[in-house]
Amino acid sequence: MGDAFLTEGEHAAVEAAADALIPPLEDHPGGAALGVADYVDGLLSAFDHDPPRIFAGGPVSGRHGGAPGFDTFLPLGRHEELAWRTRIEGSLGIAERERNGPTRGWQEIYREGLAALGDDFVDCEPGERLRRLREQPELLGVLHPHACEGAYGAPEYGGNRGLAAWRAIRYEGDVQPRGYTDEEVTGRA
Amino acid sequence: MPERDCDTVIVGSGPAGATVAEVLTAAGKSVIMLEKGRNHLLSLDAPFGPLGEVSNDEIKFTSRHFLGPDPWLEPRTFRHSEADGDRLLTGEVNNLPSTVGGGGFHADGKLPRFREVDFRARSELGPIEGADIVDWPLDYDELEPYYSEAERLVGVAGDARANPFAAWRSEPYPMPPGPDMFCAVLTSQAAADLGYHPYRAPTGVNSVEYDGRPACNNCGFCAFYGCPIEAKGDPVAPLRHALATGRCEIRPESYVTEIVREPGGRRATGVRYLDAHGEQHDVTAEHVVLGAGAFETPRLLLRSEMGNPDVVGRYLMYHFQTLALGIFGFRLHAHRGRAVTHLMDDPMLLDDVAIAAARDAGLPYFRGGIVEHGGAAHPIMEAVHLPMGEGHTRGMLASPMRDRMAAFTMQGEDLPQITNRVDLDPHVTDVWGYPSGRATYRPHRHEVACAEHWAPRLEAVMRAAGAETTFWVTSPPVEGPGGRNPDPTPQSRHVMGTARMGNDPRTSVCDRWQRLHDVENVMVADSSVFPTSTGYGPTLTIVALAIRAARALVGQEPLRSERPTPA
Repeated sequence: MGDAFLTEGEHAAVEAAADALIPPLEDHPGGAALGVADYVDGLLSAFDHDPPRIFAGGPVSGRHGGAPGFDTFLPLGRHEELAWRTRIEGSLGIAERERNGPTRGWQEIYREGLAALGDDFVDCEPGERLRRLREQPELLGVLHPHACEGAYGAPEYGGNRGLAAWRAIRYEGDVQPRGYTDEEVTGRA
Repeated sequence: MPERDCDTVIVGSGPAGATVAEVLTAAGKSVIMLEKGRNHLLSLDAPFGPLGEVSNDEIKFTSRHFLGPDPWLEPRTFRHSEADGDRLLTGEVNNLPSTVGGGGFHADGKLPRFREVDFRARSELGPIEGADIVDWPLDYDELEPYYSEAERLVGVAGDARANPFAAWRSEPYPMPPGPDMFCAVLTSQAAADLGYHPYRAPTGVNSVEYDGRPACNNCGFCAFYGCPIEAKGDPVAPLRHALATGRCEIRPESYVTEIVREPGGRRATGVRYLDAHGEQHDVTAEHVVLGAGAFETPRLLLRSEMGNPDVVGRYLMYHFQTLALGIFGFRLHAHRGRAVTHLMDDPMLLDDVAIAAARDAGLPYFRGGIVEHGGAAHPIMEAVHLPMGEGHTRGMLASPMRDRMAAFTMQGEDLPQITNRVDLDPHVTDVWGYPSGRATYRPHRHEVACAEHWAPRLEAVMRAAGAETTFWVTSPPVEGPGGRNPDPTPQSRHVMGTARMGNDPRTSVCDRWQRLHDVENVMVADSSVFPTSTGYGPTLTIVALAIRAARALVGQEPLRSERPTPA
């Protein structure tokens, strides 16, 4: 994707963590193959882009008709930029980011948390990876929801590669402008 | 008369403010509407078309606060009582969208009317110790024509004969109901078999083309999302109507800091606000209308030192939600179509069994609320609730929540208690530097006893519908077998009561026309004015009341209707 907050090693560690949280099973790819690490890297480097890659556009993706609009991200308002920069970068001692106290940013949480998992993390068995992740609750507290978003969200954010997750869980995703017929709503199938 | 910027300045652009804007501009009055959130709803230039920013995007709408308020920018705080200290938590507390369109933007559009008894609970049902149950200063018959007008304005699809317990109505719904969701077909049949009375829900979702907006195409992104095709009865229609008159100006990203009062007087001269760049402005107007919702409106009144200080912010009410959940052995695809297509009112009735259960709990009676027959949502929501590791992927493939769960949500009546309130947090502030709103809330034992009575009955319906596994939870959580919800804050977005209306200025904030007793040209248009919560969703009643109050504001004759003669 060209996003580059995570180092190569960190990217591999996020992939390994994602596979521990969302292991491959049957035709459901694991978190690594679904692109969770690209999703996380895209979020952590959102402000490398203009507009920042926070809110995908609309009204439709083009997957079910219409002109694709999701991949044109929307500009942020002044306060939205403040909130998202603080979340991602941390408050960094900047007064307007520390109105109600300092905030540790996700970049710092990922960098320190991934390092604490150990150099051999990517080579561990999934059970051991989960155990180490649970020993890093601050990292797990942000990585787990991010992994779920990356695996099962719209692919324009960097994850759900090839729509493989939606296909595996029998979910049609963003269906506008097609929608569903009345029979598809009311009927059993 | 001094020259003013407009006839009326409206704070907030949700269902209340948008309704007032439509009524006033249609009457030839000029309006400036100030909305603290951003505008994603419609172009503010003619012909006021959609902006194309609303989409079927779970990340944008449920993970990233696209509709606001971002809890980092606008934190709220919560505690059960003063014994908890200044606060138990800081962050997201009952947030409704902070955006042009307000709470109507994300609502899934269930729009029931209240019943006659809901306006006369004190007279007809009586008091309950520890609560301050009062009659409303108007009755159903007076509000009925405004309900009809509200259903026309929003565009409500429903079947007037479907609910055997419904109040009388003078007109049919403007549209027939839309398609039933599969899981509600199962649960409503089971409920009927067990002697309950489910009916097809009145919804503010177009079943046919209406008011220049298309029929819903069942995409399934209703609750917590905006509608990409404008088929939902959110405030896009009244705002577009108001803008089209040329007499309405909407100013997004405009944060009202205070209502400005005439020196020593009983009138307001307008409001003061900060624009998107933080620059301060005044708007002068003959009337000030507050439609910021029952959390933000009392916060603004408290900042402005307006309204009866013994009552403003007090009697905070939610709906006490009891969720009875059933997991089925086959897929229900509840993510398709409207979020809820069936309701039932049975827990609102005082039958012998319910009264006996209430008396066992030391209460003279209890009333639950409307029961919504619905399902679950989209995959990220399911994913974050499943275990990590091997069980996660197995769970996602089986989809016990998203694709195989049906849900009853009882919107239980929440009694008004003077100790439940919104006030200003002593330390936490919003991004503009003003004190955050703080909720102090603990449910009355009425709500808890009623939930414990109804939850197993609703579970029984789920089992009769074919669910293999059932369980129940409440929000906020209660002690005991149903108390498994770890979040102490009520999840209900139905917030009411914090500037209650009444005829006695000593015990209420607003009069029966929703004007402050102490500042005669300030009107509260939102659910802050509700004296009781009833057990029905508030939005249609907000709109009906707003039509009535706005018409009175410009001196229009009251609407009247005739109760149909029984055939």
